[in-house]
Amino acid sequence: MRKQLMKGNEAIVKSAILSGCRAFYGYPITPASEITEAAAFYMPKTGGVFLQAESEVAAINMLYGASSAGVRCMTASSGPGISLMQEGISYMAGAELPCVIADITRGGPGLGNIASEQSDYHQVVKGGGHGNYHTIVLAPHSVQEMADLTALAFELADKYRNPVVLLADGFIGQMMEPVEFPKRAVAPRLPHWAVAGTADSRGNLISSIHLGCDELEAHVCNLEAKYRRVERNEPRAEDWYANGAEIVLVGYGIVGRILKAVTAEARASGLNVGLLRPITLYPFPSLHFQRLAARGRVFVVVEMSNGQMVDDVRLALNGVRPVEFLGRAGGNVPTHHEVLALVKKLAKKYCPALEPEELAHV
Amino acid sequence: MSSAMDLEYTAAQSKPKAFYESFERKEELRHQTHYCPGCGHGIVHKMLARAIDELGIQDRTILISPVGCSVFAYYYFDVGNVQAAHGRAPAVGTGIQRSRPGSIVIGYQGDGDLSAIGSAEILHAANRGENITVIFVNNAIYSMTGGQMAPTTLLGQKSTTTPDGRTAEHEGHPLHMSELLATLSAPVYIERVGLGDNKQIAQAARAVKRAVENQVRGLGFSLVEVLSPCPTIWKMPPVEAQHWVRDVMEKTFPLGVFVDRTKESRPRAATNAAPALEEIPRILGTRDEDADAIDDVPALRAQEVDLHVRVSGFGGQGVLLLGEVLAEAGMDAGLEVSWLPSYGPEIRSGTSNCHVRLASSPIDSPLVTHPNVLVAMNEPSLKKFSAGVRPGGWILYNGATLPAEYERQDIRILARDFTREADTIGDPRAANMVMLGALLEIAGTLPQASIDAALRHCVKQPKWIDLDERALVLGRSLCKQFLERGAA
Ligand SMILES: Cc1ncc(C[n+]2csc(CCOP(=O)(O)OP(=O)(O)O)c2C)c(N)n1
Ligand code: SF4
Repeated sequence: MRKQLMKGNEAIVKSAILSGCRAFYGYPITPASEITEAAAFYMPKTGGVFLQAESEVAAINMLYGASSAGVRCMTASSGPGISLMQEGISYMAGAELPCVIADITRGGPGLGNIASEQSDYHQVVKGGGHGNYHTIVLAPHSVQEMADLTALAFELADKYRNPVVLLADGFIGQMMEPVEFPKRAVAPRLPHWAVAGTADSRGNLISSIHLGCDELEAHVCNLEAKYRRVERNEPRAEDWYANGAEIVLVGYGIVGRILKAVTAEARASGLNVGLLRPITLYPFPSLHFQRLAARGRVFVVVEMSNGQMVDDVRLALNGVRPVEFLGRAGGNVPTHHEVLALVKKLAKKYCPALEPEELAHV
Repeated sequence: MSSAMDLEYTAAQSKPKAFYESFERKEELRHQTHYCPGCGHGIVHKMLARAIDELGIQDRTILISPVGCSVFAYYYFDVGNVQAAHGRAPAVGTGIQRSRPGSIVIGYQGDGDLSAIGSAEILHAANRGENITVIFVNNAIYSMTGGQMAPTTLLGQKSTTTPDGRTAEHEGHPLHMSELLATLSAPVYIERVGLGDNKQIAQAARAVKRAVENQVRGLGFSLVEVLSPCPTIWKMPPVEAQHWVRDVMEKTFPLGVFVDRTKESRPRAATNAAPALEEIPRILGTRDEDADAIDDVPALRAQEVDLHVRVSGFGGQGVLLLGEVLAEAGMDAGLEVSWLPSYGPEIRSGTSNCHVRLASSPIDSPLVTHPNVLVAMNEPSLKKFSAGVRPGGWILYNGATLPAEYERQDIRILARDFTREADTIGDPRAANMVMLGALLEIAGTLPQASIDAALRHCVKQPKWIDLDERALVLGRSLCKQFLERGAA
């Protein structure tokens, strides 16, 4: 086996180029800047375009142009920049333009801070821009997944002609882990709908306007049908001892990693605990939750926010099981001791089958 | 086209090829434009279509329609069409042109679109000298939304948001975009023209063609500002509106060429050709031969390694490098590893720390809150992290003696002035590697070959590698002495 020790942010760029991405437009922001810097280094060497835009508003519109011209393209930013990109993301979703946006999150609202938070969930997963649209959202929890999900992001973006967001926290972006890349690079292809400045593509139009009410409604219905397909085909989650668990922990990104440590320790102390880690945040893996509800007595959602994904867990379970929440904000990370203490408390409340002696040392 | 003035301009000319035969509108309107009688947009469309015909670039042309009355420009132009968000056409055009340098990208923008909401995008596209053409239709008002003030609205001019007329005190002076952009070094051609009478219209048509032709020649950024009548919002009959352009508007916005560098400009050098696809993994360094061959050391695997290390110190002490060499060596030896740095304001405040894990089974959390080894390169690090060290664990402290408040009976503490130790072998800056040597001695698991390989991977300069190797040896022996003393 051969692997390389690499930062998550760098792995994204290498994976993107191997996936046929040939244009990167971005504006610096911590903790996403390494992505922009790596793109500046590698894009020109691999026949691609790199340009530092004057703002995130410009960057996303440059993607709109590149994508219109049929080029696989991406940008990277963090909360404040993603806020500025929302206009362009809505336009791209409306015009059905594929692109990949890496959001390496930090603390908010406002300038907040640059420590890791998961408080961009709402703006990214629920669509922070205007109109009836969704972006597909993937949440890596390791450097290997930064590479793998970047490749998947480009595939899904093209398959559904839709923006895809890689939602990763600052930890996953900044940390180094061994990573393996595909052996072959994907060749860029020109999609049939692109406006590429050629005779063949002259008749094409990229637009999000549908002036008539019926016309726009029909467009929205088409988009909706596409989102239903995405929801049917693409939900992904990692089941980590969750099948059959009585206490199901739920977390994505770096929190998923912490919850794996908690799961190990809780199981070692005799508690029937597992982890369900959503990998796609949109489409949300609701079915995975519903299946686990048969054995799971309580679902414990842990986030580095004041509770955003927890809404989707509640919707998925629709009241059939209690949902508890533990959140930290400001860049504080829920420690595994903190989560373990909660798990033990909940075990007493929800798992009466445990022998009293067992509970005594729980 | 429906306006009288429009007919004047087009009388001698048939429908340009770059226009569609009929316009995609409701059945009864198929052969009419959606512009009002006497509107300047229709005239500008026609001169642009004519230029595209004459230059023979219909297949290569990509028109970017704005938000404003000309939002539907793509109804008329039989070219590649992209509709952009309000004001963003220059950014969209940049994205197209940079990837498709063979295309002819034409941005069509109103004065609200270009000079208000899109002022940043036009400024920067012009400043970068993007090889695009911008047709800027200035009618001194927001027409599509019903007549609000634009940055170009004249002083005294009434609009729905300046009901008593624009004043310099309250709304500022009319914005002169052409003059502003002319201060930049990159644009090759900027001219302001008008549609105030037939003579002006003829000049406008020439300017539009030149602006497109410059792009065909690859010269760079060209912009034509067209003073254009909006009879409907101005509430004037078409002819009066036309004359208002010439008699009133032109006083605020003088016509003329503001930039013409077409003579001295040269086509840009072609961008680097794309390498063959097979070359890309090599360029990215992702081939097999670029990666570490991981020695799967069975003995090591069987040993149940589970190292949680926190390294902390001042920025510049090589805290992150220490952790990186350790992680790299662990990976080389076939272990699972992770390395997580502190970043951002912590770095700026002068402290630095990282979390390193080495394990024989997959690593759950890369965060190390309870290390079994703490490498504290200064006292603040002790203060911050020593309490978290697991019972049975270690602290390596860079200080001759441990301050009393950090004494613990349940862990082992090696306190030593590692900076001075490093100085004895040639450079105090190698203190991090002396400490790493001690750590490796404690951990005891990693093969020397993996450590050597990691050092060479992370430290590129030969003179440092030599020093660092000696530092590692020194660290190991300091640790051995300590252990022997403890045993005695
Ligand atoms: C973000 C955004 N803000 C506001 C609008 C509303 N809007 C549409 S067109 C327009 C003004 C267009 O004026 P101009 O560019 O001068 O073009 P004209 O209609 O005069 O040709 C405005 C404000 C919008 N579409 N998008
Ligand atoms: S409102 Fe003015 S700018 Fe708009 S179409 Fe009518 S005349 Fe032209």
